[in-house]
Amino acid sequence: MATKEEENTVFDVKAANVLTQELRDVFASGKTRSYEWRISQLKSIVKMCDEHEEDIVDALRLDLSKPQLESIVYELTMVKNSCALAIKELKRWMMPEKAKTTLTTFPSSAEVLSEPLGAVLIISAWNYPFLLSMDPLIGAIAAGNAMVLKPSELAPASSALLAKLLPEYLDCSLIKVVEGAVSETSALLEQKWDKIFYTGSSSFLGNGRVGRIVMAAAAKHLTPVVLELGGKSPVVVDSGIDIQIATRRIIVGKWGCNNGQACISPDYIITTKDCAEKLVDSLKKELEAFYGKNPLESKDLSRIVNSNHFARLTKLLDEDKVSGKIVYGGERDEANLRIAPTILLGVPQNSLIMKEEIFGPLLPILTVSKIEDSFDIIKSGTKPLAAYLFTNNKKLKEQFLMSVSAGGVVINDTTLHLAVHSVPFGGVGESGMGSYHGKFSFDAFSHKKAVVYRSFVGDASLRYPPYTLGKLRLMKALITGNFWTILRTLLGMS
Amino acid sequence: MYLDGKKRSSTSVITTDEIFACVYGTKSFILYHLFSNHLCIAYLSPQRVIQIAMVKSSCEEALKELKQWMKPEKAKTSMATYPSSAEIVSEPLGAVLVISTWNYPFSLSVKPVIGAITAGNAVALKPSEIAPATSSLLSKLFEEYLDRSAVRVVEGGVLETTALLEQKWDKIFYTGSPRVGRIVMTAAAKHLTPVVLELGGKCPAVIDSDVDLQVTVRRIIAGKWQLNNGQACISVDYIITTKEFAPKLIDALRKGIEEFFGTDPMESKDISRIVSSNHFSRLESLMDNYKVFNKIVVGGQRNQKKLKIAPTIFLDVPGDSQLMQEEIFGPLLPIITVENVEDSIDLINSKPKPLTAYLFTNNEKLKNNFVQSVSSGGMVINDTVLHVTVSSLPFGGVGESGMGSYHGKFSFDAFSHKKAVLYRSFSGDASVRYPPYTPEKQKLIRAVMNGGIFDIILALMGWSRD
Repeated sequence: MATKEEENTVFDVKAANVLTQELRDVFASGKTRSYEWRISQLKSIVKMCDEHEEDIVDALRLDLSKPQLESIVYELTMVKNSCALAIKELKRWMMPEKAKTTLTTFPSSAEVLSEPLGAVLIISAWNYPFLLSMDPLIGAIAAGNAMVLKPSELAPASSALLAKLLPEYLDCSLIKVVEGAVSETSALLEQKWDKIFYTGSSSFLGNGRVGRIVMAAAAKHLTPVVLELGGKSPVVVDSGIDIQIATRRIIVGKWGCNNGQACISPDYIITTKDCAEKLVDSLKKELEAFYGKNPLESKDLSRIVNSNHFARLTKLLDEDKVSGKIVYGGERDEANLRIAPTILLGVPQNSLIMKEEIFGPLLPILTVSKIEDSFDIIKSGTKPLAAYLFTNNKKLKEQFLMSVSAGGVVINDTTLHLAVHSVPFGGVGESGMGSYHGKFSFDAFSHKKAVVYRSFVGDASLRYPPYTLGKLRLMKALITGNFWTILRTLLGMS
Repeated sequence: MYLDGKKRSSTSVITTDEIFACVYGTKSFILYHLFSNHLCIAYLSPQRVIQIAMVKSSCEEALKELKQWMKPEKAKTSMATYPSSAEIVSEPLGAVLVISTWNYPFSLSVKPVIGAITAGNAVALKPSEIAPATSSLLSKLFEEYLDRSAVRVVEGGVLETTALLEQKWDKIFYTGSPRVGRIVMTAAAKHLTPVVLELGGKCPAVIDSDVDLQVTVRRIIAGKWQLNNGQACISVDYIITTKEFAPKLIDALRKGIEEFFGTDPMESKDISRIVSSNHFSRLESLMDNYKVFNKIVVGGQRNQKKLKIAPTIFLDVPGDSQLMQEEIFGPLLPIITVENVEDSIDLINSKPKPLTAYLFTNNEKLKNNFVQSVSSGGMVINDTVLHVTVSSLPFGGVGESGMGSYHGKFSFDAFSHKKAVLYRSFSGDASVRYPPYTPEKQKLIRAVMNGGIFDIILALMGWSRD
């Protein structure tokens, strides 16, 4: 009995193949095309969130010691909001978009139709295991696809919960969960998918390494991808601002987001030499107000996800170049996988902590003579997923927007753009490709098919051979689509 | 090579337009010679007209619309981030690579370059070495007319292309075959470079029996043999029709071919030749294959010296023949018959998704069914290939026929990064966001995020639906 179970649970390339074939067969039946099917799945997701809120919060606590408020706000409420938006807008999203035609193809009409891509693969991450699994799933469902979700094995409680709940609430002939690690993921990546959506927290294996592996696997089958990766999201802090508010917003974007383990967490700060001291003082004050004198004990901070990452982060702190630069924090509790909010001032740019995405509770502050110098520092690195600027200086704001390329930008706050569904959320360069959220999720999982309708009347013989000079002139004029050009040509005046 | 800020003005596009006005006006004669030597296109052929006219039209549209395209797009914000404003800013990606192809060597090189320039990028163009005359002309003209520091042409073959592909680009735009498309995407993956791949496929044309046969046949001929003699990614590759209708269709096609190209199409000046001896041999082996050679019902003539193959129609070749397995890209047209015209939908869906699918019918039900169930890059009902001239439509493939799209504003978008920007002020700071977390704060945040005024009031008053 045990052997049979063991055999059944080995998920290899053959099993992956069978799974994708099953999905395609059901997809081919047309079941996902209907508005009703999609709405029913979306409504079930909302129901699942409501009925299992406690279980989800518990799983997140097990995996990350995530504070309840963060779980409720960032994971559950955001998922429900996504669903609510999709439910409200789906009819409109599914409607073909009329497109203008010109005299060139008169008489004709044209439209752009959104159609599902087919069978899609969603590979999720460990830091927001619920949100980063469900949000892409919502897009894939809204667009009418069949899908496999591969949750991260580094958040095992959440992964197991998703594997249990999704088949209960959703149509498991079209929405499947495959748990596992590298070998299961590789087996899945060998299959032909119609889209792969990968969210990778920048692992210590190297920024974007797994993103490259996913894209290379996709290339074998000409599968388009969305890669939501990471980077070092900088915060530029100017003088002449409300420093208390700026500090609080930085803290909440950093330590209030999974203790810095979020792709859009402020990674490091750049400010002027003059402002640095004031900023550090303000940070110390507010951090103590938020997390108390003993932040290692605070219930309002997530822990570090596992011992690998703990070791990675302590290595960053203990490097010779930076260990003396700690101005606040630095305490750690290995047994409980906790590191206190830590601020470092004046670390060298060639230190480890400034080379890779930190993804943890360490916040280096770099200082420059003039605030504009910060742009060059940011541009000397790879394009981040997000960039933040605190300033009241309109000119600086404009310069920042013109010269700093990032996935997204927030002025005078951090991370909030995540909650704005009318803007695309995604990276550029090393921080990723493609985007989602709101209608962008629906679009990410759709093919936009151009359709032109013609009738049998209005057939212009000028299209056909034998060609004459006159026909050619008229053809030239027609392509411009310009009425006067065409008229002139017809009248022989061109 | 990417000059910060420089590419954001409109001047480089004006320069591009000058090149085309010039090319079109005075150098068109040179172009005609080049084109006709290269592909044996008659002076009065649409090849020249269409390529140059389309490029010019793209340029003019870009010039007219660029200010609009470059403007940030305002985006709505909700209570969740109140007070705030948001917009989407289009910014250039950086240094991009455009790899072009041989069948429409001018337009398929220049159109993507127009997109890259309008979006403000620096661009390297690698034209196809299989169209050498156009490649060297582009190199010469770009050097003369465009900003050399930001727009370059690199000529060459596999070696040069491989060297280019090893570099880190901010986008790669490739037009060509699925086989090389995989190579390009794999190379791009090493640098996390996003790609647009304009590939090909077997574009089917389904013909119902209730159509205006004469108009249908003319449009099929226009979409096959008039299009570079079938050497176009959107050429009609094969036809599906009912067993009953096939004889009538073949008859009409035979007559149409004669009407347009004369009794001996091999002598007609209105048909392009096959681009190279390699492709000629490829097409010959498709034709001579034992599974299909005896299925020819029209044409079949060939002239190796002149690299010409006549319009050739096959009836009911087996599905596993090479002719039905790979993209033909030539003047051979298989006709596959089915019992009912509706069966064509399953037949098409059993194959890789094509770049374009065509349907000729007056039956509304069939039309709707086809549009809903057949997945292809694009689709035209009751005509062929016209959709490329509609710049308000995205032009691109899906699945094996490609990814991404361009034409019109889609070109600008293809070469842009859409950066989300959220503006906040220092007023209206809600302490509810900050730790220490309390159940009250949680209730309020939930309420704000749900956006319901009622919920917010309830939460503020200490009640909630928790």
